[in-house]
Amino acid sequence: MSSVFFMLTMALYFVSTVCYLAYLLRRAETLSKVSLGITAMGFATHTVALVARMADTGQTQLPTFHEALSFFSWMLILVFLAVEFRRQLHVLGSFIVPLALISLVTAAAFRSDEASSLQPVFKTLWVHVTLSMLGTVGFAVAFVAGVMYLIQDGLLKSKRFNVLYAKLPALDYLDHLNQQSIVMGFPLLTLGIISGAFSAEIVRGTYVNWNPEQTWAMVTWGFYFAVLVGRLTIGWRAKRAAYLTIIGFAGVILTLIGVVLKSHGSVS
Amino acid sequence: MHIIVVGLSHKTAPVEIREKLAVPESRLREALSRLCAYPGVREGLLLSTCNRVEVYAVVEELESGYGRVQEFLADTHLSLSSEHLTPHLYWHAGDRAIGHLFRVASSLDSMIVGESQILGQIKDAFEVALTHKASGLLLNKVVKKAISVAKRVRTETKIAETAVSVSYAAVELAKKIFSNLTEKTVLLIGAGEMAKLAARHLIANGVRQVRITTRNFQHGLELAQRFNGTAVPFDDYKAELAGADIVLVSTGASHYLINADDVQRAMRQRMNRPMFLIDISVPRNIDPAVRPIDDAFLFDIDDLHMRVEQNREDRLREAAKAEQMVVEEVAVLGQWLQSLEVTPTIVALRTRSEDIKRREVDKIMARLGHLSPEDRAAVEAMASAIINKMVHGTMVTLKAEATSASGAAYVDAARRFFNLEATPDGYTAGHAEGSEGQEGSAASNGTGRLPDTSLVPQTTKEQGRRVS
Repeated sequence: MSSVFFMLTMALYFVSTVCYLAYLLRRAETLSKVSLGITAMGFATHTVALVARMADTGQTQLPTFHEALSFFSWMLILVFLAVEFRRQLHVLGSFIVPLALISLVTAAAFRSDEASSLQPVFKTLWVHVTLSMLGTVGFAVAFVAGVMYLIQDGLLKSKRFNVLYAKLPALDYLDHLNQQSIVMGFPLLTLGIISGAFSAEIVRGTYVNWNPEQTWAMVTWGFYFAVLVGRLTIGWRAKRAAYLTIIGFAGVILTLIGVVLKSHGSVS
Repeated sequence: MHIIVVGLSHKTAPVEIREKLAVPESRLREALSRLCAYPGVREGLLLSTCNRVEVYAVVEELESGYGRVQEFLADTHLSLSSEHLTPHLYWHAGDRAIGHLFRVASSLDSMIVGESQILGQIKDAFEVALTHKASGLLLNKVVKKAISVAKRVRTETKIAETAVSVSYAAVELAKKIFSNLTEKTVLLIGAGEMAKLAARHLIANGVRQVRITTRNFQHGLELAQRFNGTAVPFDDYKAELAGADIVLVSTGASHYLINADDVQRAMRQRMNRPMFLIDISVPRNIDPAVRPIDDAFLFDIDDLHMRVEQNREDRLREAAKAEQMVVEEVAVLGQWLQSLEVTPTIVALRTRSEDIKRREVDKIMARLGHLSPEDRAAVEAMASAIINKMVHGTMVTLKAEATSASGAAYVDAARRFFNLEATPDGYTAGHAEGSEGQEGSAASNGTGRLPDTSLVPQTTKEQGRRVS
């Protein structure tokens, strides 16, 4: 059952991505309502798909890359819906929904229905994956805010007052969104890494063995730590923060790719 | 009876003509009474702004009415003759005159489409016409409708949403950099008119901290008092930069007061908090080399002008929607005006009374089955006599007043007393002074004296009061 809902979700996110991208180019605001409706429907089917998947395999299987990405996509949409309802920031959908779609399509590529048995000790892996993914959602939103910031900054600097300029919010709001996302994402990632270290200790007997993807994860963590501290102490805000969070998110993606390449589907 | 407009505007006449025709507020009353003194002019309203002078009037005859109003306009200034004016004037009657007023009120005919001033000016002109009893039932209705149409256009289109003045464009841009202006500090360097206007707009949009510096410190102090801000010595303006989120510069200086180094330094102190610099001076006072500096956004007068120009184009797009609304509303009002014609009213009144009589006679006949044919005829004759006497006075009055100044008011009253059909939306009695005040008593006087027994003959040569 979960696969039916999963496919349905992908279809809905695809349609809403198209609508949201069209919304960017058009003056009319009506399209945003249509897109929001489709996204909300997609979110509902996505929730059903996730719950059904949990019921099917949940506790008996190792968390896979598929689950992690699907959960990531679900959280992204949840965050978007929350911001949309509070701030009516329609244009955010034009950036976040495509990202959620990409992650869902990638998840589909890693979908496997074969169940591997799970020893009780691996339950900490679930904690590790969930926390890391929540942290990643924060960085993803910061990334989106950064992209939007750079676009608006560029439009203002070049005095191009087009439809996009009209739809994007004020620069300082985007900077604020960027900061908030990292402030929330960073502690979650930290906890994710700590729980990962515990899992590793249980499985392999060492907390850290400095394999490439662990190294990358630590580098990413250090990078975001620097971004946070830099903002508070030496004014790494505005345009600089936008660039940094885009680079940081690229690092996160690289780490994830590393994880996948190494484990062929199961996260460790 | 015709509603007409004769006038000229920025589209048809140069300012040399407009300024001569313009009637100052102090002389409006005198002008209105002069207008209404012309024979055949029943109601009048004079709209005089710097961009247009228009006379709206209700006249008995179209051609002579146009002539009279044009004469009136030519008479407002000694050096003007009617021939002189003709090439600049436009004339509209009926639906087109009403449509014109609706368009003017909705600011579709304004120099800056969507500006809101004109609506206030129309309200003022209407106020004056009302107080001096120059406008009556028809103009009252039409002008009130124009005001409500203008409000509808404002709320249902985006015609007035964007900035179309340079000073307001600055506020609009500020809002794309800062989402909340209340916590922001404005630094005003120099006191050019446009900068002061922009500062006022910024304050109206929430800015609370204003710092002002001018070469003449005394002047700065006065301004600071006016803007509820703080005056700072002119020598310190560079040190003030770091604390300012929005910098408005307009001085008469012929060189750059602020260069890239100043802004770089300020940005460092601000820890890269964005800064919005507006240079409204010509020659410019901020070095364009500031532009590439990160998080500093410099706009000069040309940038603001460009923004305004784009907004104007947006407004024109919205204006097309508004035009459609005007067409709809003119049609609605047209229906009401048509109902004010005398002949259809008399016909409707006769049909209605016949209806009532027929129903009542049929009802009683059903119960009095035993009556002889003669008795039946007598009962029916009695019913006819009563009903005819009831409405006779109204009919006579309507016809007698058909060509008088308050004719339309009588028709309107008759329609409502006899419930002939609903008047269009928004119309309420008692609003308009003048003719409407008399309508009740006049109409009841009419029904009070009933000398005759028969209905008014069906065919009447009397011309219904046409309001086209």
